[in-house]
Amino acid sequence: MIASHGLTFSYSPQKKFAFPDLHCAEREALLILGQSGSGKTTLLHLLALLLTPASGEITLNGRSLRNLSAHQAGQVRAQQIGIIYQRAHFVSSLSVLDNILLANYLADKKQEKNKAAQLAEQLGFAEHLFKKPNQLSQGEQQRVSIARSLMNDPALILADEPTASLDDENCHKVVNLLKEQSHSIGASLIVVTHDQRLKEAFGEWVTL
Amino acid sequence: MNLAKISWANIKENKLSSFLSGLLLALGIGIISLLLLLNQQLDAQFRRNIRGIDMVVGAKGSPLQLILSSIYQIDAPTGNVPLAEVNQLKRNPFVKTVIPLSLGDNYRGFRVVGTTPAYVQHFEGKVAEGKLFTTTLETTLGGKVAEASGLKIGDTFASAHGLDEEGDSHGETMYKVVGILEINGSVIDQLILTDLSSIWAIHEHAELPPPGVKENDPAHEEFDAEGAPSPADEKEVTSALIKFRSPMGLVALPRQINANTSMQAALPSIEINRLFSLLGVGIETLRALALVIMLIAGASVFVSLYNSLKDRKYEMALMLSMGASRTRLFLLLLLEGLFLAVMGYVAGISLSRVGLWLFSRAAEQDLHYSLNQFGILPEEIYLLGGALVIGLLAAALPSLGVYRLNISRTLAED
Repeated sequence: MIASHGLTFSYSPQKKFAFPDLHCAEREALLILGQSGSGKTTLLHLLALLLTPASGEITLNGRSLRNLSAHQAGQVRAQQIGIIYQRAHFVSSLSVLDNILLANYLADKKQEKNKAAQLAEQLGFAEHLFKKPNQLSQGEQQRVSIARSLMNDPALILADEPTASLDDENCHKVVNLLKEQSHSIGASLIVVTHDQRLKEAFGEWVTL
Repeated sequence: MNLAKISWANIKENKLSSFLSGLLLALGIGIISLLLLLNQQLDAQFRRNIRGIDMVVGAKGSPLQLILSSIYQIDAPTGNVPLAEVNQLKRNPFVKTVIPLSLGDNYRGFRVVGTTPAYVQHFEGKVAEGKLFTTTLETTLGGKVAEASGLKIGDTFASAHGLDEEGDSHGETMYKVVGILEINGSVIDQLILTDLSSIWAIHEHAELPPPGVKENDPAHEEFDAEGAPSPADEKEVTSALIKFRSPMGLVALPRQINANTSMQAALPSIEINRLFSLLGVGIETLRALALVIMLIAGASVFVSLYNSLKDRKYEMALMLSMGASRTRLFLLLLLEGLFLAVMGYVAGISLSRVGLWLFSRAAEQDLHYSLNQFGILPEEIYLLGGALVIGLLAAALPSLGVYRLNISRTLAED
């Protein structure tokens, strides 16, 4: 379960953001809609502990994430948060499988090849496991990054415009997979996007 | 999945620039290592053969030439000197041993050396088969000569004039092989040893008129030039190796010989140091060049890592967002530099061995020297250290950027 309260952030005195309070329980999905420049990515980076808020508080599973050291924040990210970016990015020299296992390795967890293969099967890219990521289509790449975000059974999955570069068909596929998978591991799912197509897939949304 | 695997994958991903960096390092290390090997082995060869020889006497001329021809058997002799004068030295109280040498003939490029058994003892030669020569026209072959020529005990052969194969052959007088020496890495491996009297016998048989003065013999040119006909009974030798009883001989004898006899005295240690200081200039230049190549290799590692890091900024931010610590990523990049350094080192060391082998083949044919130490020299361990330092530094400088990387901005920009 993730909740935020009174988050604000400023890149400069002129450019300040104040975000609405968020709440997303386990197995729930929250859609955050906003136009470009509305601070979507900033909010996501705050939730992912990549940025430190000017004020306000985030609690994950009842634990306050304020005043963490860089090392602690890294550990929380590695073990409890899975992040999916707008354009899927990978370590280009490693195979798809190794990119997925990288999540385990960087979280200092056992590298679960079987789990990776299983996820690849469910997400429909099993035949691409030993290719390089850049040999895959964008839709496939996005599914690989979903698999990567699930490897450590995180409590929170954050997706930043996961469908922006996808066509309608892939868009639905990816959103449904995201919802199914996060539901099945009992994680909270937060998607930030400007993609209006996603409204129908999510019952409720917050607009920035 | 571990850091080594990721950095190795990155090296493979940038094959061309990795190859360039590795190649430059390999060249620099290869040249330095080859120089070290050559220096060490030539030095060892030269010093080993010099051991126990305090002075060489022979006909007047270049002292270096006298040393090279008499000890190392690689240059033409300076001329001949009367045996009587050499024998007089034996009576000198400073002198412990005198080993006379007679050069000037060869068999298929291997020098025939007339001498006494003391010469073999001096180089600690051991008879592998047969026995040592005892009388005229008996020969004992150096180990390498026996290998290369295929001569066996009991075989006979005719020597040829001069020191290369094209000389006129002394057809009618045949040497007989009575023994073969073990290969011991000294100069005698490449020689055909016989008694002093054999050389006199060969030349008296070959050119009857007039005895003592021999035409067409390069070894006797000076004698002809002086135009002093020697008595028919006066025997000659090319040079003699002298060992002193005490270091005092070193002070008194050379001057005395140079002033009072028709001979010159040359001191091996001085001449070899002179030779090495002459060669040294070239070696130093090559070494400096190799160091520059290594530094360029370092710069190449630096540039290629710096460039690939610019491209991989997002990857780094991605791994940081996945919970990697900055130190871990820094180590990852250092490992890439280390891998390149180790590969360059291994390639360079192999390269120098191939170079040594090629050089050795050429040297064995031309100089009758074999270089065959292919082990790792202690200096090459330092070379490994140097390569690792260059790899680490070249990788560390651009990789420090990992500590300054703004994760959020990098991820948001792309």
